[in-house]
Amino acid sequence: MTEVSLPLFLVFAAVGVFGAVMMVTRTQPVHSALYLVLTLFSVAAIYVLLHAEFLAVVQILVYAGGIMVLFLFVIFLVRPPVPGEARWHGGRHVLLSAGLAVILACALGWHFLESAPAAAGNPSALLEGGNMEQVSMTLFRYYILPFETVSILLLVSMIGAIALARKGEGV
Amino acid sequence: MLTPTHVMIFSLVLFGVGVFGVLTRRNIIIVLMSLELILNAANLNFVAFSWAHPSIHGQVFALFVICVAAGEVAVGLAILITLFRNRNSVNIDEFHLMKG
Repeated sequence: MTEVSLPLFLVFAAVGVFGAVMMVTRTQPVHSALYLVLTLFSVAAIYVLLHAEFLAVVQILVYAGGIMVLFLFVIFLVRPPVPGEARWHGGRHVLLSAGLAVILACALGWHFLESAPAAAGNPSALLEGGNMEQVSMTLFRYYILPFETVSILLLVSMIGAIALARKGEGV
Repeated sequence: MLTPTHVMIFSLVLFGVGVFGVLTRRNIIIVLMSLELILNAANLNFVAFSWAHPSIHGQVFALFVICVAAGEVAVGLAILITLFRNRNSVNIDEFHLMKG
């Protein structure tokens, strides 16, 4: 596993970056959404390489499955972009934003990479007894209050989304 | 040999592309998708650190981030549908009602 993990990672990372760049630059939102699915799948593959199998499955089910279907439904509901319409803010704005993004990424990178561990530790601690079992044991042993809070957050956002999107009086 | 540094560089690139998309695109749907990209970059870092210092807590935290992202998308898209119904547009430049 360890000797093939770097080439595999490089392939998936290249696919992920390609999908991200294509997503940001496409005209049609549908194309953007499909390229985002590509990126999400490659990130899920990288999760598998990093011994986070449960998270990889959740990524595919929730992100590539649920969230992207939501995006696609909304894209179908709203008007498609008019061909002549400007997709970007003005030219200077694009340059400034690109500069800002690069500076931000470099600053974060400088900070992170300095403190990054040089190599992975022994992954057996993550694999013992199965990844899913470990995640759920930790979740219910140490994070039970955040877990319940998140479920309430999801309920509230569900009600909020229904209340906002409902056809009716007021809004 | 795969090291955490590799994963972090990848997540930085994803983050940069996401920030660029949020700042430059006019279509709100694509801005929201770029936000998802940024959240994914953060998640990658959580998982990379959880793998480097073998500890499962980073993965649990990434799970919480996914939950919050799902809630954010649901509310964001509902707001977008309401906006589209009222203004018949998804162009971010046309929403400046609260400009002073």
